[in-house]
Amino acid sequence: METVKIHDATPNDLPWKIIYDASRCTLCGSCVAACSFRAIEAKIERRRMVFSEGDVPDPKARFSAVPVIKQVNSLKNYCRGCGICEKVCPNDAIRPVRNPDTRMPVVTRCEAGESIKRGGRKNLTGSIRTLDQLRVGRISQMTDPSLDAQRHTFDMLAPFGRILPADELPLKLGDNGQLVRCGHTPPVNWIYPVIIGDMSIGALSWRMWEGVAMAVAYLNEECGLPVRMSSGEGGVPSRLLKSRYLKYLILQIASGHFGWNRILQAMPHMVEDPAGVLIKIGQGAKPGDGGLLQAQKVAEHIMAIRGVPKTDLLSPPNHQGLYSIEESVQKMFLSFNAAFKFRVPVAIKVAASSTSVSVFNNLVRDPYNIVGGFFIDGIDGGTAAAHEVSLDHTGHPIVSKLRDCYLAAVTQGRQGQIPLWAGGGLGKTGDLAADAFKMMCLGANGVFTGKLILQMAGCVGNDQGRCNACNTGLCPAGITSQIPVLAHRLDPEKVAENIVNYFLAMDQELKKMMAPIGNSSLPIGRSDALVAMDKAVADRLQVQYVC
Amino acid sequence: MCRIGAIKSKNYIHPSMALQLMQSQQKGHDNSGFAMVMQDLGGIFENYKHMPTLSMACTDEGLNLAENILHEAGFRRVIQWAPETSPSDDLDIIAMPNYVFQTFSYPKSYKYASPEEKEELLLDMRLKMRAALEPGDQGYVYSFWPDVVTLKEIGDPRDIGTFFNLWEADEHFTAKVITAQCRQNTNYDIVRYAAHPFFLQGYTGLANGENTFYQKNKEMQIKLHHGYIGFESDSQCFLYTLHYVHRQLKWPLHYFKHVITPLPFDELKEREDAEQLLAIRQSLANLEINGPNTIIGVLPDNTLFTCCDAKKLRPVVLGRTDDTVVISSEVCGINDILPERDWSTDIYPNERELVVINDRLEVERWKQ
Repeated sequence: METVKIHDATPNDLPWKIIYDASRCTLCGSCVAACSFRAIEAKIERRRMVFSEGDVPDPKARFSAVPVIKQVNSLKNYCRGCGICEKVCPNDAIRPVRNPDTRMPVVTRCEAGESIKRGGRKNLTGSIRTLDQLRVGRISQMTDPSLDAQRHTFDMLAPFGRILPADELPLKLGDNGQLVRCGHTPPVNWIYPVIIGDMSIGALSWRMWEGVAMAVAYLNEECGLPVRMSSGEGGVPSRLLKSRYLKYLILQIASGHFGWNRILQAMPHMVEDPAGVLIKIGQGAKPGDGGLLQAQKVAEHIMAIRGVPKTDLLSPPNHQGLYSIEESVQKMFLSFNAAFKFRVPVAIKVAASSTSVSVFNNLVRDPYNIVGGFFIDGIDGGTAAAHEVSLDHTGHPIVSKLRDCYLAAVTQGRQGQIPLWAGGGLGKTGDLAADAFKMMCLGANGVFTGKLILQMAGCVGNDQGRCNACNTGLCPAGITSQIPVLAHRLDPEKVAENIVNYFLAMDQELKKMMAPIGNSSLPIGRSDALVAMDKAVADRLQVQYVC
Repeated sequence: MCRIGAIKSKNYIHPSMALQLMQSQQKGHDNSGFAMVMQDLGGIFENYKHMPTLSMACTDEGLNLAENILHEAGFRRVIQWAPETSPSDDLDIIAMPNYVFQTFSYPKSYKYASPEEKEELLLDMRLKMRAALEPGDQGYVYSFWPDVVTLKEIGDPRDIGTFFNLWEADEHFTAKVITAQCRQNTNYDIVRYAAHPFFLQGYTGLANGENTFYQKNKEMQIKLHHGYIGFESDSQCFLYTLHYVHRQLKWPLHYFKHVITPLPFDELKEREDAEQLLAIRQSLANLEINGPNTIIGVLPDNTLFTCCDAKKLRPVVLGRTDDTVVISSEVCGINDILPERDWSTDIYPNERELVVINDRLEVERWKQ
């Protein structure tokens, strides 16, 4: 018998325990084969059976060797609770259960001397989400009739690009009594108010990324929904850069500049402009941190697209060489605007912070009118990899911050000039339409979502610590893995189908929310349509308190 | 629900006609008030068209305050007219002690001033008087503008007419354009300022409906012009947008329709002027309206127009004879005052139309 020392890791130290019923198991091996974390293994257990034969007690012992499936006692290959074993078991013989007595947060730090990294979203829950304390409470009755979500038409597009105030529009009166243009206006693209946000090739498997790109093309070309996706910081396949589908893509640049070598080289061959450029300054899931792609996910095609060797790819926490907002405005925005000859809107993405309003004010007062969007990402945003302490404990909720920025614009009479896009945990409960609608009433022009897209694709993780292993490259669903055998678990066509269907459902649901308030265009800034059941929330967001 | 009406005539007409227009529509409103703006004045004001006339309802103290402000600024009274009232306990009216209609000459220092300077002065004076009279509820300053008088009162329109002796037509108190509305606010407090028609620098606006983009309109307009104040009613937003588009931006009237009910994106991009319309739509997205609305407006040159919300959720009809055009929420009102007209030429404007009546009483239908 092996000696067990008190410091040895055993399943009762781990966050998940495997419950195994040997009497139901046929030893087919499916679970072991399917566990991408190698958290279970086939083992032989020594069993002792005491029995007695004859009329008087005559105990004898019989030893046997029994093949079983066992949980691995390892802090490295520990069970993430993904439940793939349960999914593949034909006999319901095995499943993970959450271990409330886990010592993992302490043990793993003690053993490794390193901070814990994981993917997913903030896992500290406990309070009711702000958005769930808001209702659409101003319902049209009698004097202003509700619309019919099925029968009426709705105009549901959001601006991406810098919008000039009316008195600065380069319009003059022509001879025929019509206004004619007499100067340049910044480019503005009107797109669907939900952007698929910022997930790079590298963070995602190539098959997942392909599925998302397919969904976007289908939504645009077959469904008439001008949905855009952001590339994330990780480059874009050359073939896509040179295709007409580039127009559905927002190219992201972040502090690591990964993939931009290829993008620049492809520029002379582009047949369409991209939908926009998004400069990522910060990210809600890990504010103050740059991207983190661990070496195990840097596969050959990732090395090619990003132009890097196989190593941990860490984007610096900030853009090197940019130390002020003014500088970022002048340098980055101007260079990116110029790169596409001022035809492509350039926006900025920042992590929500106590200082967001200052940054926003600085940009909205910029006299050059070159910032075409302010993307604010809240603490509940997702990530493929971050330090757990950042994920769980740093950041700023999105709802009040979005509201602050909108009201700051209102105070200056500049609302709408830099479109506000909000993200970070929206759609966390599965109802993105409701969250998006409420955010728009509070002042967002549109929203962006990432983690929810993974869940549409089949991500088994959740915000109670299930799976959250995107950083390891061992994604059991093949969504965030570059290992071919895992990536092939994912069917890109099915991914695309799920995303398309979700967007179609969401589109209907948005109309079902616009109809009862009698609005045929998006209710941007219509906080009067909202009521709050919590007084503090009502006061903070300046909406009506109801009880 | 509001009922609104407007009469534009080649001849001077008496407000009794407006009262009559609204009377037959009383089932549609709640008889809670009556307000009207008269423009292009006849009768006693006919010879003073270029001098500003002050319209207000006030206490004695309020009258003093207002007159002092005007005198201090150098305005001199040229003519005044007070309606003869017939007070009675039987009348449903919450009357003010004084109803003031006074015409003033401009201060001497404005002898060579440009029209724009005079217009700014008149607005500033009205805002100043309004602010001075607000504490203690000393009165309501409705308009201070050449060739315009305004009357607003709380109560039953029929009784208001009786109180002011407006049911009997005479030649002293007339105008070529009269806009009227018969209801007090239900969304907000009942205050005299909340009753449309609203008036600002030659522009008049009144509406039947509910502007569900009130808050975003208001939040935007507050910063656009110092005359955009009050917001006692969501319908004020229409007037301010009209004023902003037509006067401040100097865009032709048809762009007002493009601002408040922009074309859907799909239709817009097919247009030759798509670029301009898109620029307008995105820059003035906060002035878009929503909800059911019919709007009637008058421009400084006395052009009268009407248009509707983008879904045509409120009624409006236009009827006419050779010398009179009437716009009204319900056709019964027009039947009452223009019984002999050819009703087959009545116009029921659609959601993409702007119907405009110029001084020659030509009716044009502009398709958006």
